Amino acid sequence: MSAIQKAPNRPLSTYLHKRPNTRLVALLALPMTWLVGVYIISLTLLLVTAFWFIDPFTSKVIPGFTLENFVNIFTVPAYFATSMRTLGIAIAVTVVCILFAIPLGIFMAKIARPWVRNLLAVAITLPLWAGYLVKLLAMRLTFTEEGLFNWLMAPFGISGPGFGIPVTILTLAYLWFPYMALPVFTAIRQLPLNLFDASADLGAKGWPTVFRMVLPLITPAIIAGSVFTFSLSLGDYLAARFVGGSTQMIGSIIASNINLNPPVAAAFSMVPIAFVVMYLMVARRTGSLERM
Amino acid sequence: MRRSKLALPALLAASALVLSGCATSSGELTLTVPDVPMKAELGAFEGELNIVNWSGFVDPKWVDPFTAETGCVVNSRVAGTSDEMVTLMRTGEYDIVSASGDAALRLIVGGDVAPLNMDLIPNFSDEIAEGMKGQIYDVVNGKPYGVPIGRGANLLQYNETVTGGAPESWDVVWEADSPYAGKITAYDAPIYIADAAVYLMSTKPELGITNPYALDETQLAAAVELLKQQNTIIGEYWSDPVAQITSFVGGNTVVGTSWEILKKFAAQENLKTTLPKEGSTGWYDTWLVSTTSPNSNCAYAWIDYTSQASVNGAIAMNFGMAPANIAFCATDADTQAHCDQFAAEDEAFWDQVWPWTTPIEECVDGRTDVKCTSFQDWTNAWVTVKG
Repeated sequence: MSAIQKAPNRPLSTYLHKRPNTRLVALLALPMTWLVGVYIISLTLLLVTAFWFIDPFTSKVIPGFTLENFVNIFTVPAYFATSMRTLGIAIAVTVVCILFAIPLGIFMAKIARPWVRNLLAVAITLPLWAGYLVKLLAMRLTFTEEGLFNWLMAPFGISGPGFGIPVTILTLAYLWFPYMALPVFTAIRQLPLNLFDASADLGAKGWPTVFRMVLPLITPAIIAGSVFTFSLSLGDYLAARFVGGSTQMIGSIIASNINLNPPVAAAFSMVPIAFVVMYLMVARRTGSLERM
Repeated sequence: MRRSKLALPALLAASALVLSGCATSSGELTLTVPDVPMKAELGAFEGELNIVNWSGFVDPKWVDPFTAETGCVVNSRVAGTSDEMVTLMRTGEYDIVSASGDAALRLIVGGDVAPLNMDLIPNFSDEIAEGMKGQIYDVVNGKPYGVPIGRGANLLQYNETVTGGAPESWDVVWEADSPYAGKITAYDAPIYIADAAVYLMSTKPELGITNPYALDETQLAAAVELLKQQNTIIGEYWSDPVAQITSFVGGNTVVGTSWEILKKFAAQENLKTTLPKEGSTGWYDTWLVSTTSPNSNCAYAWIDYTSQASVNGAIAMNFGMAPANIAFCATDADTQAHCDQFAAEDEAFWDQVWPWTTPIEECVDGRTDVKCTSFQDWTNAWVTVKG
């Protein structure tokens, strides 16, 4: 049978072929319903609450307009300190992830044998298969007073840091590391080997090659990874609760206010958004976003 | 009493709710609450009942016989915190809630729950523990709103291997020179401010605190100051019971707030609980019925059913608290052991425990010359404590 004879049997294709606008609507209907109807509207509803009041007697939310919730973020010392602490933690997590990801990426892409590379790739992605809470509790058990870390380090006379900001940073880095390691590994793998040869021919040893050749070329990948590690750390609150000791993060404030004072929680949810937007603007200025 | 406020339209009173209060000549506190009618008589069962409850309060073991008897199908929604309970009840989708005292008064003054007609709950009887009757958090202006389920005290748990004995005072968790600095845990909720107030009642009598839930501005500031001092020696705050248990078992925590049931779950010989000389706070849970409940007949039937000794005791044992109906204790050796461990019949013990109560602007200690701080103030203060 020829194609011409077959055509009348496909009425939908024939119909859509003649109507490009209908085709476009059909293509985008589902994703746009999701994006606008579910994603953007619910987010907007939440953010609008940030301008509303709370009835001090009954804790009920009253629609209206006030900027007080935002002013409080800057004027209440505890709120401001928490925002800055969270920002610091998110930056530290990102830095730790970058420091681990680059050497690992170079080794995996350029030095390791194929089977070692595959093994490492599985090892990096394996934690993604485990539940988020499971991983948190695993870190909690590792760093408890009588946990694995102290047991391992006891012969060297070292005792763990205890729950606090350092363990929180470590835990978040553990949680988000795959999001940094994979793009960095892929980027390094795409670097042609002859670039390394050229670098060596020009007399560059290991470090100059990494800093002057590899690093500039994989910057877009690092930025792509850091968007994940940075923004995910900003929004996290369970890590602070389970391994943070008495550490309070933005997420902790949102979580403790979501029932008691929704406007404050909503106002605070703007803070990570503001940080991420600022970060993306800085990244854009470096020109990295265009090459992503 | 500012009677002029009572002339406001009922709608305004319910939404804006300006509270005013006074101590009457009999010494009884009067609060302004929206006028919600009480159910007059029981009708036909609606066939459905939606409950907001703590984990362990609703179990097929006692729900199935109830459904078989009344035809009311029970849908349970487990809440994690008192605040979540209040939020859920305000959606109007639930008929009944097992609220702790820190949620109960909020719901009562908000007009979210209705006063109860105790004539329709014959099982609420003399067998209910004396200390759970007529408390401020569920009986307002002489009208009962809640039927007691059970109670638990916020005790001081300690690791005996480290402390070498029971601490006599809460000072080990409050004072900056505590020998266990860095290994202290505290309950992570605004209501914990009351625990600071209880400690201040005996250490700083000059503040004049007579009820830890009636703090004026100065008294709240003093409590927050104490909590900030504690923040520097805290190992971790807990709101998740599992985290608290692993913290004690793992050695990260040596002393701190706990419940009898958490000690039981931790199942370690060296973990013990004590009620220090200053006394403490505690949670007293009660059934409250929604103002807008379309299934109020099923709700009354449920409250009556769960108030009988066997069911009330089963709930208490399942959750791990002292039952409200102490007739349950004498059932057999097991139940007596449970009641003894949780001090169910020991009113002298409970005399030292301040039941969780929502702080409101009207001072619940009866003072009328000052405005007290509301739960909203406490919530805001709590975040600043944790910095």
